[in-house]
Amino acid sequence: MTPELGHFALIMALGLAVLQSVLGLAGAYRNDIAWMQTSRTVAAGQFAFTLIAFTVLTAAFLGNDFSLLYVAQNSNTALPWPYRIAAVWGAHEGSLLLWILVLAGWTLAVVLRANRLPENFAARVIGVLGLISVGFLLFTLFTSNPFERLEIPPLNGRDLNPILQDPALAIHPPLLYFGYVGFAVPFAFALAALIGAEKDVAWARAVRPWTALAWLFLTVGITLGSWWAYYELGWGGWWFWDPVENASFMPWLIGTALIHSLAVTEKRGAFISWTVLLAIAAFSLSLLGTFLVRSGVLVSVHAFATDPARGVFILAFLATVVGGALVLYAIRAPQLPAGGGFKPWSRETFLLVNNVLLTVAAGAVLLGTLYPLFLDALNLGKISVGPPYFNAVFVPLMLLVLAAIAFGPITNWKRDDWRANVRTLKLPLVLSVAGIVVAIAITWGRGGVIVAIGTWLALWAIFAAFAEPVMRLRHRRDAGALKRIPLSSWGMSIAHFGLGISALGIVAVSAYGFERDAALVPGGDAVDFGGYSWQLEGLRNIRGSNFEGEEASLQVRRDGELLTTLQPQKRMYTTQRAAMTEAGIDARLDRDLYAALGEPLGDDAWSVRLQVKPLVRFIWLGGLLMALGGGIAAFDRRYRKPLKESVAATAAERAGANA
Amino acid sequence: MTARQQRMVLVLAVLLGVAGAAGLGLRAFQENLLYFYSTSQVMNGEVPVDRKFRLGGIVIDGSVERKPGSLEVRFVLTDTLTPIPVTYTGILPDLFREGQGIVAHGRMNDEGVFVADEVLAKHDENYMPPEVADSIKNAHYEGVKRQQAKDAGEGGVQ
Repeated sequence: MTPELGHFALIMALGLAVLQSVLGLAGAYRNDIAWMQTSRTVAAGQFAFTLIAFTVLTAAFLGNDFSLLYVAQNSNTALPWPYRIAAVWGAHEGSLLLWILVLAGWTLAVVLRANRLPENFAARVIGVLGLISVGFLLFTLFTSNPFERLEIPPLNGRDLNPILQDPALAIHPPLLYFGYVGFAVPFAFALAALIGAEKDVAWARAVRPWTALAWLFLTVGITLGSWWAYYELGWGGWWFWDPVENASFMPWLIGTALIHSLAVTEKRGAFISWTVLLAIAAFSLSLLGTFLVRSGVLVSVHAFATDPARGVFILAFLATVVGGALVLYAIRAPQLPAGGGFKPWSRETFLLVNNVLLTVAAGAVLLGTLYPLFLDALNLGKISVGPPYFNAVFVPLMLLVLAAIAFGPITNWKRDDWRANVRTLKLPLVLSVAGIVVAIAITWGRGGVIVAIGTWLALWAIFAAFAEPVMRLRHRRDAGALKRIPLSSWGMSIAHFGLGISALGIVAVSAYGFERDAALVPGGDAVDFGGYSWQLEGLRNIRGSNFEGEEASLQVRRDGELLTTLQPQKRMYTTQRAAMTEAGIDARLDRDLYAALGEPLGDDAWSVRLQVKPLVRFIWLGGLLMALGGGIAAFDRRYRKPLKESVAATAAERAGANA
Repeated sequence: MTARQQRMVLVLAVLLGVAGAAGLGLRAFQENLLYFYSTSQVMNGEVPVDRKFRLGGIVIDGSVERKPGSLEVRFVLTDTLTPIPVTYTGILPDLFREGQGIVAHGRMNDEGVFVADEVLAKHDENYMPPEVADSIKNAHYEGVKRQQAKDAGEGGVQ
């Protein structure tokens, strides 16, 4: 396939995206059924052409077509073929194309489910999604075309960045993009609600599964990224508060707030403008994240100066999307219905607390991420904001989240009695107190007060996670009660359980992990540390298709008994002349033993970083549980019933509750 | 309390919470900012004492010394005008090399040596941390100015 075919398909996709947005938005405005229906078909066509463009680029990578500048810069004949596919999204141009494909995919999915929505509302949603496509296609075609040809193709390519040559990182960007781009759907729903000044909040119910799915992908993506950083960057950290990580964490925080605020909007018809605002913020931060990571602005804000077209387009696009959405919000938000009232001790209050904490956390991350960029762009000095800042802000906020998380699910809407709620949570309270007593006994209280509080609150969240389904069972003990517990309740409980598990892992590894840099000689003395004895047995040369290097074998013993032999590597990638550290890890649920090779120190000695990481697996296990919970909740039965019927049922419920 | 009063209490509580969090956050922010300085700025005494900062420059060729078999390493950083010695104990990053631009976190000791607790070198071998690139550019201008001043001074004697 010739690359020009891909370029042509992209141009076609742009034409169709324009048509999709015009037909959708104008069709809804004019009440023209034919236009609105056509915009759906056109959206499917846009997906088809985007897929063609993406396939052509992938084929160019697989076929080593170095006449394409982008392929020549990011691939090599020695690169194993799975990484040639991953290289498609290994840099700016290709990741934009992936972004567009994923957006077209989400749009197609919305189109396929559009019959559940009122005709005009669905048309507006599809129209808004089309507008976003138009922006990204213009950006790609005019500033970042992946199909640009080289007049004289090189014999071989410059290879993929070795850091990206890893299975987890190969699928990390697509997962993040599924999440980022998925937030375009609640964004489009929110704008459609604003445009139509919707009196009915049925859309809030319809958008919940979409939001949960987008959040699921983002959660898995971030978890995978953290795991990858742990074993591949070589130094055993699992979160660095690096701008690249923050870029994906901010939409996650706001997306989490959005999921909870949508619950209030759906069930109580309240928090509507706030929900709309969160939907706008989640997608805006997703856009910001995409651009921060891929535009080179993090390497240097002055990268914009070397390629002004890209920088100006990005800023203009961000300003248009965010500014446009906010202007629309300012005009229309007062026309949105106001919700019912509630007492200070009620589920609404706890969800409000959740939202305030998560939004403040996201704001703090935003400040720490963007402020250095602003100062640098204005030539006011070069600063960086270290992990101590983020930890100082984040730890107290998350402790509050953990403290409050047990109450949200078991309190009634509108009002409740706090004594009754505490009684419901008696068992988790007793268990968590017992747990912290045991934990302090085991560790002799090493770590201090904050660690003890953190452990206690994490255990509290874990034990209280399933209080809501248990409470439902207590109310009705007949046969089939278990079956009647809706999936959304299980999903929420599993996700909350996952958060507790992650929190426990974070506390344990931060407070009780051991880390030491040692100089080891092959066959030399063992180093005793962290309760283990570590001995460097020897080193051997290794060779891969595009790298060579050394592998150590490092024996770890406990009480004289050989536990494991770790095999950390130091690789040198030949084309890019870049060194990479591959850690040697012995993983168990309760602890990891971790070794990373430094460098030769002379006299045969090597520097080696040795680590013991208690419960580090809990961090990612919790992340996956959270994602699983989101996925289960997204498939709740009530999202599958026809929308009108299910909304009528909720309205009746609400009226019943008010009576 | 009426419903209205209750709502006001709730709003006030939220506002107080947010304001408190913002206050704590900004304080943490102020305390944890790390400023970047070039080696010339260190020599000119522009660096605050007793505060951690980031020092950047090029690792001078042949300056890396190691006590054999130990993790302690010494090297000299420069912005091409002013050299500053650095010590570090631990594992250097994969891309640390002589002639490479790097950034180190740490503070000055009494002997004019920068004691690093973290050394950063990133990306590929052609990569130059943007801060270091800027400091070298400034050092170049400074060097040209001094040369011109010197030339002018010598001209005056003749």
